[in-house]
Amino acid sequence: MSDDTEMLELPLGDWHRAKGARMVSFAGYSMPIQYEGIMAEHTWTRSSAGLFDVSHMGQLILSGDNVTAALEALVPGDISALKEGRMRYSLLLAHDGGVLDDLMITATPTGLYVVVNGAVKHQDIAFLRANLPDNIAINHLEDRALLALQGPKAVEAISRIVPGVDQLFFMEADIFLWGEIPLWISRSGYTGEDGVEISVAVEHVTELADALCAQLEVKPIGLGARDSLRLEAGLPLYGHDMDPSTDPVEGNASFAISKRRRAEGGFHGSERILKALSDGPGRKLVGFTVEGKVPVREGAPVFEGETQVGVVTSGGFAPSVGAPIAMGYVAAAHIAPGTALEAEVRGKRVPLTVASMPFIPHTYHRRGKAQ
Amino acid sequence: MSRYFTDEHEWIEVEGNTATVGITDYAQSQLGDIVFAEVPAVGASLSKGGDAAVVESVKAASDVYAPVTGIVTEGNDALADDPALVNSDPEGAGWFFKIELDDLSELDGLMDAAAYKAFVDSL
Repeated sequence: MSDDTEMLELPLGDWHRAKGARMVSFAGYSMPIQYEGIMAEHTWTRSSAGLFDVSHMGQLILSGDNVTAALEALVPGDISALKEGRMRYSLLLAHDGGVLDDLMITATPTGLYVVVNGAVKHQDIAFLRANLPDNIAINHLEDRALLALQGPKAVEAISRIVPGVDQLFFMEADIFLWGEIPLWISRSGYTGEDGVEISVAVEHVTELADALCAQLEVKPIGLGARDSLRLEAGLPLYGHDMDPSTDPVEGNASFAISKRRRAEGGFHGSERILKALSDGPGRKLVGFTVEGKVPVREGAPVFEGETQVGVVTSGGFAPSVGAPIAMGYVAAAHIAPGTALEAEVRGKRVPLTVASMPFIPHTYHRRGKAQ
Repeated sequence: MSRYFTDEHEWIEVEGNTATVGITDYAQSQLGDIVFAEVPAVGASLSKGGDAAVVESVKAASDVYAPVTGIVTEGNDALADDPALVNSDPEGAGWFFKIELDDLSELDGLMDAAAYKAFVDSL
């Protein structure tokens, strides 16, 4: 596997191997699936701090006159309301309102800093180029790596070597100095835990990863635990829980359709999406708890009696829950939490219950309303 | 008693006409944390190379194949409550099932411990 020449190499590839990682192909890159084991890494992140290499993701700067208004045609979020150093989860929409990607958008002094999924980053860039006005520059920051440090001790650990990071609240970002090296750090992540994401020049990432792992709270964590952590946090995985055939309302992402945009529309697919908001979607992404021990995974059909009413899009054993959990799409009549359904796994029925997400409460460090 | 190995990383320990089957230490180390194991029902008829059992790690479900043709005489019920036995003692208490062999000559194509070790080293 590791000598597959088709796979691209991350800046930290050798670093991961030296740490004992098992490497797999993901989003076209050779990436660490696990080091000591998914369960141990998962629990370590929930109780201490885990370092994730997410350098496969695309980091973009969009700039030019009226860049926020231009991007708002392609996403349903209120981007113009973002103050400098504030960020928002949003969705890149195809013309018909289908979800092309989920992304994070941060307002910065040099433009909008956008982080997109690794597997679709080149498609995203092409779509942005084709759909944004010519005056908007799209700068793909291929000379930058991206790390995520996640867990209850993450901010304490990084603040020891990068002073001031603890001043950030959830979904805020700023430039910090690690010695003389500038880091773009946001208090955000995709595990449900408090933590940060760190954009760093490729030439400094190995040194930074070493410095972070030298903190007693920090261990490197692979993609396997990243997946189980985000599943427990009820966060969708693009390409699995959302794709171009789903709109944001179906995808349980109505929260990403800002109030002003609901009133004004004017984004790709807004007619369809606003109609789904008012009438309710035909189907919706929901969480499931699973009775027993059989993991219910992506692709398992979901039934009520003899009728198939949905399909599982993500699922597996949830280490912090101590049982299997899943998420998937079901028809609107069956989306209420508590609804009893069944999945089919290897020809046998497994009882499921529609559950509110997240499965494990988020512990984000939110700015209080009074502040 | 003699123990044989398959290139799908099952082991089979043969005593007379019956045998115990499990997955190797290499297999469990590749799978990672085992969270679920499903063993075949007693009386099930298995064919060499066909699906016999299922083992699921946090990440994925994998099939365990029958190293030989025969009838299942016992499943390891302990795996239902403690699937992690497959990680902690894969070639002992983490066995999957016992089988009565149809044809002892099917063992001829399997590897012995030394050959299996060489096979794993070559991966």
